Amino acid sequence: MTVVVAIGTRKGLWLARSEDRVTWQVDGPHHVMQEVYAVAFDTRSGLRLLTGVSSPHFGPGVSISDDLGVTWEEPAEPPIAFPVDDAALERVWQLQPAPASQPGVVWAGTQPSALFKSTDGGRSFEFVEGLWNHPHRPEWDAGFGGQAVHTIVPDPVDPDRVLVAMSTGGVYRTTDGGKSWEARNKGIKAYFFPDPWPEFGQCVHKVAQHPSEPSRFYAQNHHGVYRSDDGGDSWQSIADGLPTDFGFAMVVHPHDPQTIFTFPIEADGRRFPPEGRCRVYRSRDAGASWEALGNGLPDSFWTAVMRDAMCTDNAEVAGVYFGSRSGEVYASPDEGETWHLVAAHLPDVMSVRAAVIPT
Amino acid sequence: MRVTVLIPGVLRTATNGASHLDVDVPEPATLGAALDVLADTYPGLDRRLRDERAALRRYVNFYVNGEECRRLSGPATPLPAGAEIQILPSVAGG
Repeated sequence: MTVVVAIGTRKGLWLARSEDRVTWQVDGPHHVMQEVYAVAFDTRSGLRLLTGVSSPHFGPGVSISDDLGVTWEEPAEPPIAFPVDDAALERVWQLQPAPASQPGVVWAGTQPSALFKSTDGGRSFEFVEGLWNHPHRPEWDAGFGGQAVHTIVPDPVDPDRVLVAMSTGGVYRTTDGGKSWEARNKGIKAYFFPDPWPEFGQCVHKVAQHPSEPSRFYAQNHHGVYRSDDGGDSWQSIADGLPTDFGFAMVVHPHDPQTIFTFPIEADGRRFPPEGRCRVYRSRDAGASWEALGNGLPDSFWTAVMRDAMCTDNAEVAGVYFGSRSGEVYASPDEGETWHLVAAHLPDVMSVRAAVIPT
Repeated sequence: MRVTVLIPGVLRTATNGASHLDVDVPEPATLGAALDVLADTYPGLDRRLRDERAALRRYVNFYVNGEECRRLSGPATPLPAGAEIQILPSVAGG
């Protein structure tokens, strides 16, 4: 088995390969001096690597490789373009292939906050007007990182159901293929407003779902860790067993819908791991209890892990991966029990995705 | 009216390697009109120079006969016959 990890940074993309997920060969940079906020492996047919790239000089785009970075394809026409007068694409924050039952469908979340849909595997995208025309949109504000749809969770069964999350704005859900959207933030606190329980305006950092339990979602919020058991209609805190409720990442185990991973950060005003210790937290019971995982991780780690910089692979025994603002990437070959350094001294890591290379 | 556009090395993958492009611009000849003509032949170049609203990218400079267009009239800057448009990435990043 060979696993490949795509590491998107603020100055390009690196690819790491390993047979045992302990020792790694790293090649790069690809997309030199381009920010890579979004990476995705499309495993539905072969192994396609999609990257959301953005040059500070020459703007954003989507670049695709079907041979793991040997060659890249980026169309001359912009694959994602706003068809409106009052916005232009600033950055692609998320590329999300749809379930296998919808071949060719890839969703893209952008800054400014909008959703696009591709039906040709990511070469071209159509604007989802229903979300853009939402009456709440004028009140969606920019966080420090910019105002973006950064999370897209397509329903594993029903192609008309999609959940997105944006900062700020919170969680929105469509059940009619994107024509209409409803805010779904009941129970998620927005402590930075005079009314901390608004219908929308939350700063949800990441939402994750396991395809075998489509009505259950996990969310890491800007302070607050939550679970929904009713398709996003309501959310309950699962933060009690964590050292802090701040963080960016939220990842579900590929084969066990009860197992989730997060990387707690002390607080909004103190964006380091608690006591500077690099620790992944894992829950085996859907957030009821948590355990710290640090075997092989450093105790002096004054940096943070961003919302898309943590993932699992799709191996039978799941590998877990994360990268930091300080350019380190760690891998666990055993679901978080032990950790090994994949790469160090890279630029700020913004996105990490992993997959088993098909034989 | 014919003008010449100088392409920086980093963008020549979008012009099949060409460093100079002669462009026939319809009247009234402006920088924006010249870029519109270029876009028809080289869409992969245009998307790196302008966004989907045809706004000039912030960190790309366009010198018209040696003067940066934003000190003139931006995309509306008139082009004299034989004008030279030099495209240069500006200093940015860290």
